Amino acid sequence: MSSKSDQSKMSLDRRRLLQGLAALPLVSMSGLSFGQAFPTTKVNTTGLAITDTEVTVGQLHSATGTMAISETGSIQAEQLAIDEINAMGGILGRKIKVIKEDGASDWPTFAEKSRKLLVNDKVATVFGCWTSASRKAVLPIFEKENGLLYYPTFYEGLEQSKNVIYTGQEATQQIIWGLDWAQKEKGAKKFFLVGSDYIWPRTSMKIARKHIENFQKGSVVGEEYYPLGNTNFNSLINKIKIAKPDCIFCAVVGGSNVAFYKQLKAAGITANKQFLLTLSVTEDEMLGIGGENFEGFYASMKYFQSLENDNNKKFVAAFKAKYGPKAVIGDVTQAAYLGPWLWKAAVEKAGSFDVDKVVAASPGIELKTAPEGYVKIHENHHLWSKTRIGMGQADGQFKVVAESPELIEPNPFPKGYQ
Amino acid sequence: MNAIKNRVMRGGYGSFVILAFILIVAFPLLMDIFRLNLVGKYLTYGFVAIGLVMLWGYGGVLSLGQGVFFGLGGYAMAMFLKLEASDPVSTAIQSTPGIPDFMDWNQLTELPAWWLPFKSLPLTLIAVIAIPTLLAFIISYAMFKRRVGGVYFAIITQAVALILTVLIIGQQGYTGGVNGMTDLKTLMGWDIRTDSAKYILYFINVGLLLGSIALCRWIQLSKLGTLLLAMRDKEDRVRFSGYDVSMFKVFAFCLAAALSAIGGAMFTLQVGFMSPSFVGIVPSIEMVIFAAIGGRMSLIGAVYGTLLVNFGKTYFSESFPDLWLFLMSALFISVVMVFPNGLAGLYESHVKPRLVRRKSGSGPAKSIETPPKPAATPSTPASDIGLGAKVSNQSA
Amino acid sequence: MTFDEIYNIALMQGFAGLSLFAVLLLMGLGLAIIFGQMGVINMAHGEFMTIGAYTIFLFSSLTESLAPGLIQVYFPIAIVCAFLIAFAFGWLAEWALIRHLYKRPLDTLLATWGLSLGMQQLFRSTFGPKEVSPTLPDWLMGSWAPTEGLDIPINGMFVLALTVVVTGGVLLALYKSRWGLRVRATVANRTMANAIGINTTRTDRLTFAIGCGVAGVAGAAFTTIGSTGPTSGSLYIVDAFLVVTFGGAASLWGTVVSAFGIAQTQSISEFFLSGSNAKVLTLLMIVTILMLRPQGLFAAKVRR
Repeated sequence: MSSKSDQSKMSLDRRRLLQGLAALPLVSMSGLSFGQAFPTTKVNTTGLAITDTEVTVGQLHSATGTMAISETGSIQAEQLAIDEINAMGGILGRKIKVIKEDGASDWPTFAEKSRKLLVNDKVATVFGCWTSASRKAVLPIFEKENGLLYYPTFYEGLEQSKNVIYTGQEATQQIIWGLDWAQKEKGAKKFFLVGSDYIWPRTSMKIARKHIENFQKGSVVGEEYYPLGNTNFNSLINKIKIAKPDCIFCAVVGGSNVAFYKQLKAAGITANKQFLLTLSVTEDEMLGIGGENFEGFYASMKYFQSLENDNNKKFVAAFKAKYGPKAVIGDVTQAAYLGPWLWKAAVEKAGSFDVDKVVAASPGIELKTAPEGYVKIHENHHLWSKTRIGMGQADGQFKVVAESPELIEPNPFPKGYQ
Repeated sequence: MNAIKNRVMRGGYGSFVILAFILIVAFPLLMDIFRLNLVGKYLTYGFVAIGLVMLWGYGGVLSLGQGVFFGLGGYAMAMFLKLEASDPVSTAIQSTPGIPDFMDWNQLTELPAWWLPFKSLPLTLIAVIAIPTLLAFIISYAMFKRRVGGVYFAIITQAVALILTVLIIGQQGYTGGVNGMTDLKTLMGWDIRTDSAKYILYFINVGLLLGSIALCRWIQLSKLGTLLLAMRDKEDRVRFSGYDVSMFKVFAFCLAAALSAIGGAMFTLQVGFMSPSFVGIVPSIEMVIFAAIGGRMSLIGAVYGTLLVNFGKTYFSESFPDLWLFLMSALFISVVMVFPNGLAGLYESHVKPRLVRRKSGSGPAKSIETPPKPAATPSTPASDIGLGAKVSNQSA
Repeated sequence: MTFDEIYNIALMQGFAGLSLFAVLLLMGLGLAIIFGQMGVINMAHGEFMTIGAYTIFLFSSLTESLAPGLIQVYFPIAIVCAFLIAFAFGWLAEWALIRHLYKRPLDTLLATWGLSLGMQQLFRSTFGPKEVSPTLPDWLMGSWAPTEGLDIPINGMFVLALTVVVTGGVLLALYKSRWGLRVRATVANRTMANAIGINTTRTDRLTFAIGCGVAGVAGAAFTTIGSTGPTSGSLYIVDAFLVVTFGGAASLWGTVVSAFGIAQTQSISEFFLSGSNAKVLTLLMIVTILMLRPQGLFAAKVRR
């Protein structure tokens, strides 16, 4: 562990050195000359859909159905990144062409469409999926057909595939530093864990409980799961009132999220009386919840729209220019934006679009232009990233109140937490 | 009654042979394995659709919960495959190797006892049929014995679908929850993910489907089929003739359930996973529309309807996802309002008369009656419940 | 834990059960009116509720941009409009679709399901795929705290009051108004009702539209406790169906009793068990009772 964090320190130093070089022009100056430098026969030995001028990629999200609420942001961010890459001359002299498929919030449809993209369209890579269920449905297909998937959502971990690059945080990255912050800054000792009833909240809460009980010597005074789509939380709120936790730690998702915060507020549980830390409210969810219902509560994420740095300012401006001034950017949206850029960097490092070569080149890929700051791909295909705590504001934005000093190492199979 | 029977006897074999030719010869020759695998997947819904023809078209009982049986059949198969995929070697990374991954994630440390039978293939195959049929029997016996039918029965089947979905999603340690059972690899050591396996599974699927159609056809032609029709049109008269009407309905419901379950099991084998999204209300209703579009009275039509809707879905959702939902909506409404007898009805009323005329020179097209409009009974809707669509148009 | 605290929690828990009852009843009511009278199950019920929710959103956006001073008072007006808009859409749907299908009640299930698909996509195309959050007046937010440690949700009280008003209104209309008389006559004997000069077609259309209007009110009210998005209706439709099925579908009283029973079972079991297990327990109870009494709690006294 310690040697790993040394590594991250080193890369941080290197980042500072390189910041002056402002990476962007390096890549964009080449333009057309790539086409001659990288003949199609060389960069594509596995029969992917690549011509001398074009490379085809797939995009697989839910444009319809219940998950469209969440996945729209990812679709937009990936499109933005691809447009920007194309405007810079594309990858290895080739423009990116996108085939969009609709998973329709239905896991079997995701499986069908991913097979179509890989087998029929022979796409070079796929940016897509949002829920764990959709990822689990397509994973065997990506492994069987040797495709490449960039998956943007923060998720439960317990998974590592050669064919997937996880651009969101896995559970320990998101949870552990947040809990330590809650203990140190807010003096939280008694935690009440609440989640929707599926794999991500359950695994996250399992990790949280182990960390609270074994490492923080705190206590868990309640752990509750409600069915997805549940809209009535009054009994739960009464149980919270009995337990009187220092911290409500929650991972409620979807339509339940809105109901949960509206009912918390109606039951008199507001930020001035109760400390609440969540894993599942981003700026996207705030649209539905309404800023006034989340004001003063905290979220643990790697990215907030209000993050102060030049990369992010540029990103937010570009996003709003494309999708309107009212558009908001959540954690997953930013992670989705990283996908095409990470792929570009890996392809250029490998000098090839072949999935095996891109995969081999991926570990160690750095992105200094990431809106969240600096990220690097770990051997286990997750990203080194920082974790931040944001406080909800009435206007639906977050104020970043804390940030982990170091990049946090992704650890999808955490020892001592299972 | 005799007239109906005669008409049923006529024709039928021809269209069956054509369907068999398309499925066995034309599709495999014309399509690559990717598309053929998709067709195979669609055809598994075809099992549900022909079950609905028997239940809804013939028996007059609409079930909006066929996904339950499709799902149960699929899950039974998936449990067997999952156990096989979870051998101690490939699950060595888990805290308890040798159990399915989702159990490990949910802190189960040993296989639940009710999973044990699914270690054996014969027991699994029995379970694929037996469990859904038994559930169908319990539900339908309780309902039909008390003469609950019609719309009310339809919404109860919906409630069952809903409840089962919540159970499956909620008990994720035992069922895989909302993710379902994924990453199924081999059947008795035979890799079901290879192209050759997909070909073989496709032909098994087609064989089972054609067999099921033949079985249903046989039932339609038997006295039982006639009774089902009679019961659909005037239930009381059949009852007064001394028949136990409810048991016929129970039979039709169980038959439809068993067929759906076979479809579900074949789905799992061909697609490689099972998910609770098949059990819910939405897929159940979609499957009804497959049957409705093909023609609720026609077994063959139901298969065409299934293929057509799914091809449409795949094609349109690739290019215009928004348009697809509007189109689907329009399809639902128009199949109910404009052509209640579906494709088969259109064929009967428009295409067939011409064919017949050409064949017999100037033969009267009148001999094939166009489907009569549903009789307008001036009774209350409530007393209409259970009669379903009053169409007496026949085709195979 | 002191006695006061236990007392307060008991009060709040009692209210939780009561407000769940109100929510379930309000969402089942429109469905029950239509089914009880016409034998039609309106599968687009959830989408009519969403119409109500978006009406509130439209009103709050308009008020915010045009007359920010009125933000405290727009809500009741918007609810009335939610009723009217959903009523109008219901009227239209009955005229275009349902009236052609009275002889085939099973087919109305499919037609209204098709309608719901189209409406969902219409919402998505019109308002965007993301959720929206209407600005609610301050007096609807927060809690009423008569003593320390006792918080009664104001939105819960509001929904409860609204439910009482709407249910009372519907019952009154059904048993005291001419429309109600016609409805009851039509249910009892459609032919005879027609013969004595009741325009049953008109009665049907009015009933369907009123059912949809009530759904609109429910959707509007639920913006205070839940989400507003293209698929919000699907969050409620499931419970609405259960309430109506369990109640026996043919009588409004059945719906009331069933909503109360389900709400209490769920609310109490949620308090003592975990949320998911409580849901399973509630559902198992419903299934068991339905197996023993498949016609629901209050069966229609009509021969089938």
